[in-house]
Amino acid sequence: MTHFDAADAAVEAALAAGATYADARVMHRRYESMSARNGDVEDLTQRESAGIGVRALVGGSWGFFGVPDLDDALARRAGARAAEIAAASATVPNRRGGQGLIPSEPEVGSWASECRIDPLSVPLSEKGDLLTSATAEMRKQGADIAVGSYDIWDTRKWFVSSEGHRIDQHVRECGGAITSTVIGDGETQVRSYPSRRGQFGTRGWELVEETDLGAHAARIAEEARALTRAPQCPAGETTVIIGGEQLALQIHESVGHAIELDRILGWEAAYAGTSWLDLSRLGSLRFGSELMNIVIDPTYPGALGSFGWDDEGTRAHKRDAVRNGVWTGVLAGRESAAVAGLDYGGSVRADGWARLPMVRMTNVGLEPGPHTLEEMIAATDDGIYMDMNRSWSIDDRRLNFQFGCQIAYEIKNGKLGRMLKNPTYTGIGPRFWASMDMLSSDIVAWGTPNCGKGQPGQTGHTGHPSAPARFTNVRVGVRG
Amino acid sequence: MSDQTELELAARVLELARASAGPSADVDVSVNRVALALTRFANSYIHQNVADTTTEVQLRIHSEGRTASASSTLAGADALGEMVERTVAVAKASPVDPGWPGLIGPTPVLPSHDIDEAIVDASPADRASRVRDYIEAVGDLTAAGYFRTRYRSSAYANSAGQAVSGACTEAALDAIAKTASLSDGVARQASRRIADIDCAVHGARAAAKARAWDGAVEIEPGAYEVVLEPTAVADVLYCLGNFGFNGKLVNEHQSFLEFGSRQMDGSVTLVDDGVSAFASGLPFDTEGTPRRRLVLVENGVSRDAAYDRRSAAEAGVAGNGYAEAENAAFGMSPGNIRLEPPAGPAPTEVDGPVSNSSVLELVARVGRGLLVTDHFYTRCLDPRRVLMTGLTRNGTWLIEDGEIVRPVKNMRFTQSYSESLGPGNVLGIGSDAIALPYNYGTNSATAPGLHLAAWNFTGGASG
Repeated sequence: MTHFDAADAAVEAALAAGATYADARVMHRRYESMSARNGDVEDLTQRESAGIGVRALVGGSWGFFGVPDLDDALARRAGARAAEIAAASATVPNRRGGQGLIPSEPEVGSWASECRIDPLSVPLSEKGDLLTSATAEMRKQGADIAVGSYDIWDTRKWFVSSEGHRIDQHVRECGGAITSTVIGDGETQVRSYPSRRGQFGTRGWELVEETDLGAHAARIAEEARALTRAPQCPAGETTVIIGGEQLALQIHESVGHAIELDRILGWEAAYAGTSWLDLSRLGSLRFGSELMNIVIDPTYPGALGSFGWDDEGTRAHKRDAVRNGVWTGVLAGRESAAVAGLDYGGSVRADGWARLPMVRMTNVGLEPGPHTLEEMIAATDDGIYMDMNRSWSIDDRRLNFQFGCQIAYEIKNGKLGRMLKNPTYTGIGPRFWASMDMLSSDIVAWGTPNCGKGQPGQTGHTGHPSAPARFTNVRVGVRG
Repeated sequence: MSDQTELELAARVLELARASAGPSADVDVSVNRVALALTRFANSYIHQNVADTTTEVQLRIHSEGRTASASSTLAGADALGEMVERTVAVAKASPVDPGWPGLIGPTPVLPSHDIDEAIVDASPADRASRVRDYIEAVGDLTAAGYFRTRYRSSAYANSAGQAVSGACTEAALDAIAKTASLSDGVARQASRRIADIDCAVHGARAAAKARAWDGAVEIEPGAYEVVLEPTAVADVLYCLGNFGFNGKLVNEHQSFLEFGSRQMDGSVTLVDDGVSAFASGLPFDTEGTPRRRLVLVENGVSRDAAYDRRSAAEAGVAGNGYAEAENAAFGMSPGNIRLEPPAGPAPTEVDGPVSNSSVLELVARVGRGLLVTDHFYTRCLDPRRVLMTGLTRNGTWLIEDGEIVRPVKNMRFTQSYSESLGPGNVLGIGSDAIALPYNYGTNSATAPGLHLAAWNFTGGASG
């Protein structure tokens, strides 16, 4: 039987068991990772996971069941179990009425991500040599701990719904990173390339090749060593230029999560949290300065949050989230949109066949600004330039944040000065974004492969087009 | 496959792999079957209700100095055969692995705890019923959270002759109650037995906290004496486990640990014990190494850390049962860490924001400080000091002269967790430790309340 047959069987069984709507998603994922430390390969893992997840709606309430088998009988049993669970949900119903779905065209089609070099077909010896040589070089140049790694995901999905959806997708994702750690006197200093965890995208091994890890090994080892001798980032309020890699995470945490409709509706209140955004002010609330234009775009070629359809069959489409500083859009699914009275979904995904699809970021990022990094530095009399994430924390309404970066430089009279260690900055989301007065045109779509959300926990893959930007009156240098 | 025990499946895959890789290869197989069900509610109704049953087979082959690891949820004969052949081929093509620590030989493990059949057999209706109890107990407040049941049955077998199996059960509640003005309170508990978790009691407790936190005011940040509720202490224990007692980080000198040194207050004894009466862990890890009670800190003196076989070999010690296949790069952490409470009377329910009488006793000793219910989004600035930043959550109050005087808004802290427990900094430990669930895996922390001399709050709710 085909994977579509298994999904059809599961949906039929859910309907037969009383569901008024059902969908089923067969997923088959292969994963490979390798890590090297100090010149030797430390871990090589390959994982394979396949199964079917079924979602059923009974009396306005939902149930989900997943099984790691794809034969007809087990698929049918999964459908029936999903309906049984939904019926149990209906005993503790929403007093304001059941949750339906906004209308959707029954989409039929196929989609595959761009991939020039299949990452799973690249010889392990080649991939191993890349990591061992880069980590050996970092070690030679002064790193106490030199680590390199890559991750590859190859995911195929077949989606069927009782409304007539019939979609298959093939998504290949990969990325890699190197990190140098130096142990100082009661401290550690870290430098990574190209980002804290690596640059990831819905692309083939060509992305890792373009990253050219080996060419940056010596530099980051030397910088990590130099950081142990550098002065502390001063404490106070100043002008800050934030590099594109760090700003990508700032977008992820303080914009992306804040505009998730499930959080706004309170569905994540007990765990991930809610949002400071009030739906009644969608379209009028000022989120940031006029320079702030944030777009939700799962069609962005090669970015980590790209797809053809989301995991409830909504075709990928581009939408404004913030336009000229005003909040204009949310990340939504068909169910949350129905509750909120909105007419669009398209941002629902699941981490594997055994997990319920939920509202997730796709690619959420900045449109380019009019400046260059050099112009921003030249225009700053007194400030700090910092980049590359080291720590991140934000409150449960996505307002109060504190980020730590790996490295910073003082800016004096329009020029970069001394290297500074342990830079941190902290603030309140809309106040911070309102202070953005310069933005670079140099956009890079950074990938975040570790976005945690949901119970049971799910790990999401998201993309964040970002560029260096300047912010004024930012509190820096918080240390414990 | 469904009629096969996990140990029989492990033995079958081991036989296949040995036949393919040859008699000189080191081969080990770990099989984990997890039946997880989680009923999630928000806005006082069940909005996400999920279950899955997954069997995962993990295989490692070390042959001619090279190592490969693989896992699959496809447990059919063809799929397993393909996984074996693929892993043998990958091992041949892999770079040399000079750090391979070898396999454990035949070694007995402690017996598993009795399985709670009520967890194994829990139906969607059972879980919904418990959720209803919680929601009814919070009354006119809004309820959100989850009730979870999990049954795990695992086996391990290797080519050196080790073959062990075990099982564990866990039920957990993690939920809040929220007032119309958005103040909230939390209730949280994990147990090996579903009957231990009284959702109505927890609902009432969370509601009391939420009501007591209503009308919170902002106060100046700075260093405050604190009483941490067990829910906040659990975060301290998790972070100390991840960054302090992680054997790999100890090897790399990224941890603060210096064995034999008095690094914490004399009142602090930390143990990790996944097979204790409190926790719901297995008696062995994914390398077949037995787990036993591990003393991490004894009366303030640092004693031990968590190792898999590879990090243990690097340290020149024996592995102590902390291998988890997915943690190889970061290192191994204690999964069921417990702060030992002093002897004391059984706690009783109390009115107001404090969770029970054992924490209220700590509050009574505070001159001026804060009662903190929970931590949120704590992240590490530097592992060397377990320097963390995060926020308070689910209820914080100002204490003056031993009395709770007013609710205060959430605050950001930036604090070295290891130094917060340093000599002289621990002013009291509650007499009642409760097991608290973790969002990922079967980890838990068992924590009493904790009275600390200082906690560094670096920002208020408004920045």
